[in-house]
Order: sequence, then structure tokens, then C-alpha cells
Amino acid sequence: MPLSWYLVFGALLFMIGVVGVLTRRNVIIVLMSIELMLNAVNVTLISFSHYLQDLRGQIFTLFIIAVAASEAAIGLALVISMYRGKSTFNLDEVNVLKW
Amino acid sequence: MEYILAHADYLLPHPDGVTPLLTFIIFLPLLGALATLVIPKTELRLMKAVAVFCTVVTFLLSLVALSNFDGSTHKMQLAEYHSWIPSIGVAYFLGVDGLSILLVLLTTLLSILVVVCSFNAIHGMQKAYYSCLLFLETGMLGVFLALDFFLFYIFWEIMLVPMYFLIGIWGHGRKLYSAIKFFLYTLFGSVFMLLGILALYSFNSTGDYGTGELTFNIIELINNVRVPTEPIFVGLSSQDLIFLALFLGFAIKVPMFPFHTWLPDAHTDAPTAGSVVLAGVLLKMGTYGFVRFSLPLLPTASHNMVGFMATLAIIGILYGALVAMAQRDMKRLIAYSSVSHMGFLMLGIFALNPEGVTGGVIQMINHGISTGALFLLVGIIYERRYTREIAAFSGLATTVPIFAVFFAITMFSSIGLPGLNGFVGEFLILVGMFKTNVAYATLAVLGIILGAAYMLWLYQRTMFGEATTPENQTMKDMNFREIGYMLPLVILMFWIGLYPRPYLNLMRPTVDHYVTQMQERHAAERYDPQRATRQASHDDEADADVPAEDR
Amino acid sequence: MKVLVWLIPILPAVAVLLNGLLGRRVLRDKAHYLGVGSVGLALLCALIVILRVIVDPQHPIEAKLYPWIFAGSFSVDMGLMVDSLSAVMLFVVCGVGFLVHVYSVGYMHGDPSYPRFFTYLNLFMTSMLVLVLADNYLLMFVGWEGVGLCSYLLIGFWYERRSASDAGKKAFIVNRIGDAGFILAMALIFWTTGSLAYHDVFAAAGDHKITTGIATAITLLLFIGAMGKSAQIPLYVWLPDAMEGPTPVSALIHAATMVTAGVYMVVRSQALYLLAPVSMDVVAGVGAFTALFAASIALVQTDIKRVLAYSTVSQLGYMFLGCGVGAFTSGLFHVMTHAFFKGLLFLGAGSVIHAMHEEQDMRRMGGLRRHIRGTYDTMLLATIAIAGIPPFAGFWSKDEILASAIKGGHVLWWVLGLCAAFMTSFYMFRLIFMTFRGEERFDPEQVHPHESPPSMLQPLRILAVLSVIGGVIVGIPPENGLFHKFVAHAFHHHGEHAAHTFHFWPDVPLMLLSTVIALGGLYLAYLFYIQDPERPKRLAEKFAFAYETLLNKYYIDEFYDAYIVRPVKWSTGALWSVDARVVDGVVNGFGAFTRLYANWSGIVDRWVVDGAVNGVGAVIQSGSRAFRLIQTGVVQNYLLVMALGLFVFATIYLIVI
Repeated sequence: MPLSWYLVFGALLFMIGVVGVLTRRNVIIVLMSIELMLNAVNVTLISFSHYLQDLRGQIFTLFIIAVAASEAAIGLALVISMYRGKSTFNLDEVNVLKW
Repeated sequence: MEYILAHADYLLPHPDGVTPLLTFIIFLPLLGALATLVIPKTELRLMKAVAVFCTVVTFLLSLVALSNFDGSTHKMQLAEYHSWIPSIGVAYFLGVDGLSILLVLLTTLLSILVVVCSFNAIHGMQKAYYSCLLFLETGMLGVFLALDFFLFYIFWEIMLVPMYFLIGIWGHGRKLYSAIKFFLYTLFGSVFMLLGILALYSFNSTGDYGTGELTFNIIELINNVRVPTEPIFVGLSSQDLIFLALFLGFAIKVPMFPFHTWLPDAHTDAPTAGSVVLAGVLLKMGTYGFVRFSLPLLPTASHNMVGFMATLAIIGILYGALVAMAQRDMKRLIAYSSVSHMGFLMLGIFALNPEGVTGGVIQMINHGISTGALFLLVGIIYERRYTREIAAFSGLATTVPIFAVFFAITMFSSIGLPGLNGFVGEFLILVGMFKTNVAYATLAVLGIILGAAYMLWLYQRTMFGEATTPENQTMKDMNFREIGYMLPLVILMFWIGLYPRPYLNLMRPTVDHYVTQMQERHAAERYDPQRATRQASHDDEADADVPAEDR
Repeated sequence: MKVLVWLIPILPAVAVLLNGLLGRRVLRDKAHYLGVGSVGLALLCALIVILRVIVDPQHPIEAKLYPWIFAGSFSVDMGLMVDSLSAVMLFVVCGVGFLVHVYSVGYMHGDPSYPRFFTYLNLFMTSMLVLVLADNYLLMFVGWEGVGLCSYLLIGFWYERRSASDAGKKAFIVNRIGDAGFILAMALIFWTTGSLAYHDVFAAAGDHKITTGIATAITLLLFIGAMGKSAQIPLYVWLPDAMEGPTPVSALIHAATMVTAGVYMVVRSQALYLLAPVSMDVVAGVGAFTALFAASIALVQTDIKRVLAYSTVSQLGYMFLGCGVGAFTSGLFHVMTHAFFKGLLFLGAGSVIHAMHEEQDMRRMGGLRRHIRGTYDTMLLATIAIAGIPPFAGFWSKDEILASAIKGGHVLWWVLGLCAAFMTSFYMFRLIFMTFRGEERFDPEQVHPHESPPSMLQPLRILAVLSVIGGVIVGIPPENGLFHKFVAHAFHHHGEHAAHTFHFWPDVPLMLLSTVIALGGLYLAYLFYIQDPERPKRLAEKFAFAYETLLNKYYIDEFYDAYIVRPVKWSTGALWSVDARVVDGVVNGFGAFTRLYANWSGIVDRWVVDGAVNGVGAVIQSGSRAFRLIQTGVVQNYLLVMALGLFVFATIYLIVI
């Protein structure tokens, strides 16, 4: 299978993530979409690692997985605290950034 | 004081050397004004008493000044000198001569009369009213007695303030409009006058045209400053330009045609006292300015301007008389008659010979007396009827015979009937002008005819006929107080008319000196076009092609 | 003697003062004590002074008081002088004046303003005496204006009547026109001769220091003054109207004294007039025309006083005619005789009016001879005198004037004078016939004519005597009588006036001619008003245009009204609106402009200058408000922008590289 297939797959996955982040209002789904985007990047990195025979891509991927895990943990913690404060998962209602 | 001793040639030593008599005369009314202000509002009688007391004492003091006055010399007398702002040469310098002594007497006399005539006429804010009157007197006396241009200008301007309030607060009709018009119009002129004064001051401060000293001393300036007569601007010389600047200041005050329109408004809307002072004294400041400053300081310009001045004067005479005829309001009629009379006065002054100037100066007194008296009489009517519409009156000669007699005498004095004061001045003016220019004199004589016409018509409409309305039938005649303040004026009318000698004697040396000095100086600095052209071509070839005849 | 001379004008003046102060409250109907008394005393003083002058006519009495007006080189004294000329006038003024005062006691009796009348009348005496006694032109002018003032006051004496006060005003203003000429003449005299005193002026004229041109100008200007005062064409219009005044006033002021002041002035200035032949011609011409013109108007007037008024104008014309042809003394002679008979005629007319209960229209009189015989007799004598029938007073003076005219070669003036003489005789006898003869045309139920009291009749009788003998005594032989010799003393310095001697040819035929003409007028009047009283009416219908013109006085008043009075009045209104709109408009416009400018400045300051400051703030504020919209606070929005931005940049990157 040529490299481009993997890259197209990664890009599609990324776009699905982006669209998910931008369009969904549920915080958890947004978090999941972010995970999707991160994994799309992972796919791309691994495919280039394999294609170029360079392990640095796979090392990056491992880092990303670790960061994504912690990010998901922090994100979910925020979601929970948000739910506690506002009793909602809807992002539109959480606009306190604008004051 | 040292100054006076050092200039004995044009100042007569003070009789006792110390008494500041003129200062007393000027500032006693001001003192009275302050005293009136501290009297409680309810003490009306005391207030009036203070006002009368101050004006009477001032008048007596001016009589003392007269008794100490030496009528045989033109020199400044009873002079007082104190340095004031030495850095720019301003001094507190007072003095009196044959020109001002009579005006001072007129002012102090009229001041008494206007205080007395206001007793029943003014309601409300009486305290402020009397202090305004007294303050006004200070200003007027200061103008006539100041011998320092700076001081003169201060008095000239300060006097506007009380007058403004007199018209604006205690006036009638469109009083605010008139007050503002009076104030601004005069101020407009005085600004130009100040410009002229400063020009003279700076000419004197250059060694070429004066002594090089910084001084506002009027006598020093008259004796020393020689304003150049070479054309510098559209054919006008520096002298002409300064003359025109002073002219604006004085002519508005006189008022000469076409600067007269503030006068009818101010006269009509002012309270009686205001009109009397306005006609009697304020207008004289303008003519006094011409005689005292324009003639001696700017002799050549005065000569150059004879045609201009006489034309304006004659237009004023005829125009004022004709417009007076069309008036429906008595005060306005008298105001326009003032325009006409002041035209005569200016004509006399700009005859530039002793006859004309003497006529002009004596006419200042005469006009003050007659027109002042006319306004007092109209005031008497107004107090009774609250109207000055000529049409509202008829047949008063039957109801108020004493009033009718006073009115008749005053009217004939104003017309210039021989035997009364007006004639003396009017005739001298005509004789003087006749020498200078026959045509002007002839035109001015027409004013005499018209003068009779409008006054007699006024008299006929108000005094003659039958008293038709109940108001006219029941009008009260003059009471003792009113007769009392009219009598001095009527006596003066006859006195000056039949025996003007003391008055003429007082002013004769001064007027002669002024005229001679002016003629001599004019002869000395007569502009010689040829010499000027030569000089110009010598100085600058490019400018030489300006023809000298352009002036 | 000096004191006496001064007393003459001062006595009436004192009476004026006292009457003026006390008259209304204290004296009331006793005011004549002061009024008549003072004039009587003045007459006494005057007679003494006149005697002194008659005794020694060579030396005039001079009475200087003090320098009056002076300035520069100008100086005029308050001084009186009596020479033979002033003495004649003094006699006329004091004499007739006194008689009129006496007459007024009766005539004005019961008038509510009785004291006022005597105050004015005395003031008039003072002024008139100053006029004739002054020793210089300026003081003469004082009297000149003074009599004008009194004329004004007395014409308008019954000021409740509109016509009276109008007439007074008209008299004063018309006189003022003349006075303007007088004033200019004085100025010219002063600058030519350096003095206004008669003595100096005439000395200068005698030394030929005055050129003909200047002399002509001076004399013409003086004559303008005389035309005003003595009611000559074109300034005569005030005199007929002046009849609004009480009749004694008409007699004294408008017949005997004041109106002759102009003649006196011309006679006084004869030294100047003789230097100016042109002026002489003008004086003679105006005089002759006025004589004829006024006489023609008098022919048809029906108001008894108006007839006399036009007659006065006409007679004054004679006087000027005399002066103009060089017979100054004859002119003055006529002044004197005229004062007698015309004063008498007016006083008589007053007596008639009195008798007829204030009726002045002759058409409603007639047949009065039976009722008021005394008045009729005296008036008849005066009429004969004025008509010029010898040997009555008027004949001598009038004939002298006409004779001088023809002898001087002034044929036209002579013919005009003769015509006027004929008319004079006619209208005077017409007056007598219409008033005293014929049938009674008044209502006997309403009017009961009664003779006047003695205080009124006595003056009439005295004047009647003077009218009869006043000419004969001093006027024979013509042009060289006592009168002429006496008056000549006033001018003997100047060398003119060689004594005329009386010659049979042409003097006697001329006298006969005058007499015939006067009698002709008398006969014509007889034909018209006694023989066939319907004849005038028929004639009037036949010559309707001429009659109307005469009756309306040639429409001169209407002419003046339309071409002088109205334009002046119109111009006053027009100028006033010019003053209010244009001259004051400029001032107000200036004010309005300033205010407008101030408003603009206010606007500019508020919106431009301050606007800039506020503008900066506003721009920043509104800009930030726009930017604030981006900050939704919604993370996804931010992300969207981020994504779009990324997309844009990526696109640019792809396209550019």
C-alpha cells in the first residue's frame, strides 16, 4: 500500500475530528473528537516513520499518546467540574471567557 | 510736584502747592458712591442725602477751583503729578485749563440736577442707582481733568460701566439692547483711539520724531511729538492715520454722522438722569477730545481733514434735523436734535480759527445746558404720564403753564434764539466757518431753519391746541423741586446769552493758544511734495515713481 | 442820557419779568398797569431822547454797556445808539406801541390770558426797541429774532385754535429763512470789514474798502432777511396768516412796527446798498412787484383783516421800491406815515370786529356807520390817507416814492407802483363801503353793533390826527421837508443825499397824477359798492378764472405746500427710515454678523475642535466595540477562527509556493 493512502486516511480522520470539535456542543464528544484528531496525527507520524525508516516518528507517537491520556484525564476532570458548576455539558452555555 | 516746578513754562504753579483739589473733585463722588453702598437698603432718605451732599460739595469744590483759576493764561493750572507706572512712563497727572474748567463746572452742576431729578423717578435698586450716578461723575470729571493719556483712557472707559448699568437696569423700552449697543459701539471706537494713543506714544519714544522718552504725558506729547506727514498708506500720512484712529474714538462719542445711531436708542431708553448726563456731558467728551488732542497733536492732519469733517458735520446737521422732524417720541426727537447740534459744534471746531473753536467750546456748554434741560423736562412729563409719545399730548399750555414756559425758554435756547445761550455759540461757529469755507457755512445755516421747524412743531403738537384727553386736562404742573432744578439751567441760558463775557474770557487764552500753536505747527510741517519726491528718489529708486499728488 | 437810552428797552423788559412771574396769580385783570405803565414810561424816556437828538442831530447818542460776544478777532458790543434814523423809528415804535397798549386794555378785556397778552406785548416792545436802537448788526439781529419770537407767540396767542398755532409757526419758520440770509450777511460783513458795528461798517463802505461784488452779496443777503421780516415776495406768505392773532397785535406788529424792520434795516444799510446797484434794482423790483401783487389779491378778499394784511404787504413793497430807487428817506417816511394810518386801520378793524361780536367777514357787515360813528370817522380818515389823497399823510410819502422812481428813470417800477396805487385806493374804499355804508347785511336779532369803550377810541383819534397831519407837517416840500433834513443827519458822513429842491416840473404834474389815480380808485369803488352793489358779482362771474385766482391768492400757499413743505416732510420720513434701516442697519448688521459669527465659531468649536478630541475617543471606542464581538467566549468559535486561519494560510502557502 502506498504511503499516500495512510496519509489520506490520517487527514480524513483529522478532518472528522476537526468537524467534531467545531460542530458538536457536547463537551465529551468534543474531547473525543480531539482524541480523534490526535490519533489522526499519530497515524500520519507512524506512516511517515515507517516510510522513512526513522524511529523518531514512533517516539513522537508514544509521547502524543501519553499527553493525550493526560489531556483526556484533565479534560474529563474539567468536564466534571463544569457539570458540577453548571449542570450541563453544553459548551454554548460555558462562555464565561467572554466577560 | 518736582515735575511741575521743573516745567513752569506750561504749568502754572499750584496756588498753595499742596492741596490736591482736583483729586478731591474727581474722587469725592466715588467716595460718595462707596458710602451709598454701605447704607442699608431701607434708608432711602439718607441715601439721597448722601448723594446730594456729595454732588453739591463736588460742585462747590469746582467753584473753589474756579476761584483759584487764572483766566489770563493758557497754562495748565492746579496741576498734580505723581509717578504711577514709571517703567512705561505712566503718571497720575491732573490739571485744568480754559478748555476744561467750564466742562468740569458743567459736569458738577448737571450731576446735582440729575441726582435731584431722580428722587421720584427711580423705583427699585435705588442704592445701586445713586452709586452708579456718583461713580459716573467720577469718570466724567476724570476724563476732563486727566493730563496723562493712559489715565485719560482709563477714565474714558470706566465711565461706560455705570452708564451701561444706568441704561440697562433703570431704563425703559428696549433697554438691554440700547445699553449693549451704547457700550459696544463706544468700546469699538475707543479701541481705535487706544491704537492712536499708542502710535503717538511710540512716535514720541523714537528720537527722530520726539524726545525718545517713554511718556503718556499729554503736554509733553503736544510739545514734542512730531508725527511725520509723508504719505505712507494709500496717500495718507502717519498723522492722517492717527487722526483717523482718534477720530473713530471721538466721532462715535460725539456722535457724528454716520456713527450716531446708538444715540437715539441710548437716549430714548435711558432714565431721565442718564439722558441728561449723556447729552450734557458724555457727548462733550468726543468734542473735547478733538480740541484737546486731535488739533494740537496732529495739526497737519486736522487741516487735511477739514473737508471730510465739515462734510460729515453738515450732513449731521441737516440729516439730524430732518430725521428729528419725523420722530414720534419726544426723547428720540431731542436725541436727533443733538445729532444736529453736535454737527454744528464739530463744524466750529474744524473751522480751525479762534472764532470757530471758541464757538465750538462755548457751544459744548450751551448744548449741555439746553439739551440737558430738554431731557429734564421730558423726564418731568414722563414721571406723570409714563409715555413720551408726542401724539399723547395736546394743549398742555393750558393745563401746565409753568411747564410750558420752561419748555418754551429751553426750546428757544436750543433753537439758538439771540439773547439766549445757543445763539452765542452758533453765531461764532458760523462766523468762524464762514472764514474757512463759505459753502459749508451756507449749508449749515439751513440747519438753523430746520432746527426751528422741528422744535416749534413739537411745541405746537404738545403744548398748543386743546387739552382733549382727561390725562392732558388733569396733568399736574411742575412742583417746587422741579422748578428748583430747572431754574439754574434757565438762568444760565439767559446769562450766557446776554452776558457771555466771563465764559468767553475764561476760555479765550487757551483757545487762542491752541489755535495759534496748531497753525504755526502746521505751517512748519506743511508737506512739500517736491521735497518728498526728491527724498524718495534719493532713498529708493523703485519707490520714486509714486506720484506725490496721490496724497 | 445813556441810562435813559437803556431804560427805554429795559422798562418793558422789567414789566415782562414781573408780569410773567406775578401776572397769572396776583395781577390778573390789572396786568395792564404794568404793561401800559412800563411802555408809557419808555415812551417818556424815548421822547426825551428824541428831543435831545432833534436838538443836536449831528452827534448820535452812544450807549455802550460791555463787550458782548468776542473770540479771536471777532468782537461785538452790547451797545445802543440813537441817531436821527433810530429816533424816527423810536418815535414810531414807542408812540404807536403805547397807543396799541392802551387800546388793548379795552380790546383784550376779559380774556382769560390777559396778563399773558401784556407779557408778550411788552416783550415785543423790548425786542423792537433793541432792534431799532442797536448800534451793531448783531444786536439788531437780537431784536430782529426777538420780534419774530413775539410775533410767533402773539399770532398763536389763542393757541387752542389750530389755525392760530399753525400761523405762528409758519411766521417763525418763514422768518427764519430770511434770518439765515441775515446771518450769512453778518458773517460776510464781519470778514470784509472786521466789525459789525454800524459805525465801522459804514466807514469802511465810505472808504470803498468793500468791492462791488462783496457789497452786492452782502446787501442781497441782508435783503433776504428783510424779505422775510417785511413780508416781500416770495416770503410774504406768513403775514396774511398772521391775522390769526388778536387785532392789536396785527396793528402793532404786523402793520406799524415789526414788518417795517426790514425797511429800517435796508435804510440803515444804505451805505452798503449804494455800493451795489444790482441789489438796488433787486430791492426796487421786488418791492414794486410785491406792491402790485399784494394789492391785486386785496381787491377780492372779504375778510376785513386779510384785506388790511395784503394792503400791508403792498405798502411794504412801496417802501422797498422807495429804497431801491435810492429814495431811502422817502421809504422811511412811508414807514412812519404807514404806521399811523395802517395802525389806525387795524385798530379800527378791531373796533369793528369788537362791535360785530368777532365777525370778520365784510359780506356780513354793511351800514355800520350809523352804529359806530367814531370808528367810521377815524377809519375813513386813515383810508383817505392810505389811498394817497392830499393833503393826508400817505399822499406825501407815497408820492415821493413814485416820483423818485420816475425821476430815477425806473419807468417800469413807476408804472407798477401807479397801478398798485390805483388798486390800493379801490380796495380800501371798497372796505369802507362794504363795512360802513350800504344796507345792513347782518342779522339784527343776533348782532347789536355797539361803539367801543374810550380806551379803544382815544388811540384811534390820536392816530387819526397823525394820519391827517403827519405828512403835511414834516413832509413839505416833498423830498426836502423837515423829516428829510432830520434823517439826513444819520447819513451825512457818507456824502450822499444832496438836498433835493422842489421844482414845478415834474413834481407838480406827478402829484396831480397821483391824486387823480387815487380819486379814480375811489370812484370805481363807489360805482361798484354804492351805486350798484350787484356789479362786482357780475364781474366776478364774467372773469371767473381771474377772480378765483385772486381769491385763492394766486395759489401761492398751495404751491409752497406742494413743492417745499411736502417734500421736506416726505424727506424727513424717508430719511428716518434710511436712518433706522440703513445707518442703524449697518450697526445692527454688524451686531448681527458678530452674533452669527459667534454662533458659527461656537459650532466649529464644538464640532471641529472639540470634535477632534472626542472623535479620537469615539473612534477607539467604536473600534473596540467591533472587536469585542469576536470575543464570544465560546471556545469553539475561537477554534473555528483558528481553523479558518490555518486554512487560509495553508491555501496561500499552497498557491504562492
